[in-house]
Amino acid sequence: MTTALPVFVARRVVAAVVFVLIVSAASYVVARLAPGDETSADFLAGMSAADIAAKRERLRLDDPVMAQLGHWLTGLVRFDLGQSSAYNRPVRALVVERGLNTAQLAAVALLLATMLGVPLGILTGAYPGKWWARGVVVVSLGLVACPPLVAALGLLFLAVTLGVWSSVPDLVLAAVALGLPVAAMLERVQSQATSEALQAMDLTAAAARGIPPRRLVWRHAARQSLRPVLGIYGVVIGSLFSGSLAVELVTNWPGLGRLLYDAMVSSDVTLVAGCVVVGAICLATGNLVVDIVRAWVDPRVLESA
Amino acid sequence: MTRRLAWGVLVVLAVGTLGAGWVAPHEPRSQFDQRSYAPPMRIHVSDADGWHAPFVYKQVLRDRVNRVFEEDRTERVPIRWFAGGRLMAIDPEAGPLLLLGADSLGRDVWSRLVHGAQLSLGAAAAGALMALLIGAVLGALAGATPGIVDTLVTGVADLVIALPSVYLILILRVLMPLVLDTSTVLVMLAVLFAVAGWPHVARGVRAIVATERRRDYAEAARAAGAGRWRVLTHLVPASFGFLRVELVLLIPAFLVAESTISFLGLGFPEPVPSWGLMLRDAASISVMQLAPWLLSPAAALFLVVLALQHVAGTSGVDTISTRR
Repeated sequence: MTTALPVFVARRVVAAVVFVLIVSAASYVVARLAPGDETSADFLAGMSAADIAAKRERLRLDDPVMAQLGHWLTGLVRFDLGQSSAYNRPVRALVVERGLNTAQLAAVALLLATMLGVPLGILTGAYPGKWWARGVVVVSLGLVACPPLVAALGLLFLAVTLGVWSSVPDLVLAAVALGLPVAAMLERVQSQATSEALQAMDLTAAAARGIPPRRLVWRHAARQSLRPVLGIYGVVIGSLFSGSLAVELVTNWPGLGRLLYDAMVSSDVTLVAGCVVVGAICLATGNLVVDIVRAWVDPRVLESA
Repeated sequence: MTRRLAWGVLVVLAVGTLGAGWVAPHEPRSQFDQRSYAPPMRIHVSDADGWHAPFVYKQVLRDRVNRVFEEDRTERVPIRWFAGGRLMAIDPEAGPLLLLGADSLGRDVWSRLVHGAQLSLGAAAAGALMALLIGAVLGALAGATPGIVDTLVTGVADLVIALPSVYLILILRVLMPLVLDTSTVLVMLAVLFAVAGWPHVARGVRAIVATERRRDYAEAARAAGAGRWRVLTHLVPASFGFLRVELVLLIPAFLVAESTISFLGLGFPEPVPSWGLMLRDAASISVMQLAPWLLSPAAALFLVVLALQHVAGTSGVDTISTRR
C-alpha cells in the first residue's frame, strides 16, 4: 500500500497539530497543579488581601483546573495566549520574540553542523586509513560525548582564555556550542553510512565499469547514504531543542529556554504554557520538514505509512 | 584498548564514589579561612635539595583583592598517605590540602567533586534502574497483548520520546516546591528520570517480545499448556542483553539531565555538592578568569559520559542521538 505524498503530508500535519495541542494542554494542567500561582509573589510584595482576591477573581484562579484549561484552550485557538503576570505583557508577543531567537540559534547550529559534519563524514567514511581521517574520528568521538552544558562552558572558557569573548557575537558562541556536538554526531552517522554504501555490490560494479573513485564517493555513495543520515535528522531536531536550554543559560542568549525557566521560577502559569506551545510548534514543524524531505528522497517511507 | 581504558575509568570512578569519605581529604562543606579561590596545589617531588617523597608547599595569600596565592617554599609539607582514615592528607598546621583548588567560599573543590559524584551518579543510576523496570514491564505487556494495551503503551511512549527530555523533566519539576531537602530531591530526580526514560526501554522490549512470541519455543510452551504469563517469563529474558546496553546508555543521559537541572538551581540545594550546582558557580566570565579549576565538574562529566559510551560499545551516536 503506497500513500500519495499529499495524503502523507496532510496526515503528518494533522498529527503535528494534535501533538501541539496535547503537549500544550498537558503542560498547562501540570503548571496549574504546581504549588504557587500568579499571586504567590504578591503576598510577599505586600499586596493587600483584598487586592489579591480581586486579582484571583480576575485571573479566574479559583475556578476548577479543567474550567481554566478550557478557557485557556479557547484563547489558544484564537491565538490569544493570555497575559504574563511576571512581565506584564501579552504572552504571545513575548514567546514569539523569544521563540524566534531560539529558532535562529537552532537554525544556525543546524546549518553549521550540516556543513561541517556531512562532508567530513563522507571523507572519513571513504578514506578511513588516512591519518587526518583518524584525527577527525577521535575529535568527533570526543565531541559526541560533550553534553550541551559542557560544550557551552568549555567554549566560553576557551573564548575567555584566548581573550576573544568580548569580540565574538553571542549568537556565534551559542551556535558553535550547540552545533559542534551535533556536527560530530552527523559526522559519525555519515561516515558509517558512506563506508557501508561503498561496500555495496552496485558500487563495486560501478567501480569495475571504470567510474573514477572520487565520483564514486561524492555522487554514488553520498546519494545512498542520504536515507540513514536523514533518519538521524529527526533526532537532531529534538537534541537541538534540548541542548538549547543549557546553551542559552550559559551564553545568556535570550531564547525560549531562559524564558521558560524564568516563568517557572516566578510561577507564571500562562507564560509556562505559552512557552510550551511555541516550543512544541517549533519541534513539530522541524520534525514535519524532516519527515517530508525523507519521503521525498526515499519514497519507500510512503509504503509503510 | 579504548574499551578497557573506559572500564578502568569507570572502576576508578566507582571506587572513588563509594569511598568518597576516604578519597576526599576534607568534608565537602568545610570552609577554609583565607582560601577563597585558592588555586590547586602543585604536588612536587623535587626541590633544591634533590628528590623527595611527594610533597606540597603551604599556600600564602599574597594579594587579597586579586586573589593571588604563593607557595611558601621555606618548608616542605609531605603528603601523608592512608593517615587518619583518608587516602591523602597533610599536617593540618600547614592548612588544607587543596588538590583542585577552592571555590568562592574556600571549600575544597576535589572533595566536593568526589562527594558530588555520589549524588549525581546516585540519582542517575537510580533513575536508570527505575526506567528499566517500568519500561521492561510495560514493554513486555505491550508486546504480549496486541490490541488496546499495545496501542496505548506505544502511543504514550511515542509521545514522550518525541519530547526533548530535559524540557519534560523541567516541566514536571514544577509539580514540587522549588526548594527541597537533599533526600527528597534525590527521589524526585530518580522518579523524573524514570518518567522520561521508560519509553525508550519499553519500545525496545516490546519489539523483542513481539518477535519472540512468534518463535517455535514460545509456540511449544503454549502447546505444553503454559498460560500467557508463563510464556511471558520465557520471552522476557530475550531482552536482557538489550536492557544491559540500555542501562549503560540511560545513565549518562540522566547524569547530564541532573547537572542541567541542578545548574538551573532546581535540583540539589546548596551547600550540598552536586556537579551541576558546582558548575553554576563556575559559569561566569569573571570566575572563569579567576578560578578556572571550578570547571572541573564539566571535565568529570565529559569523562564519565565518554567512558560509558565506550563501554556500551557504540560509536556514541546511539547514546547522544536517542536519549537526550
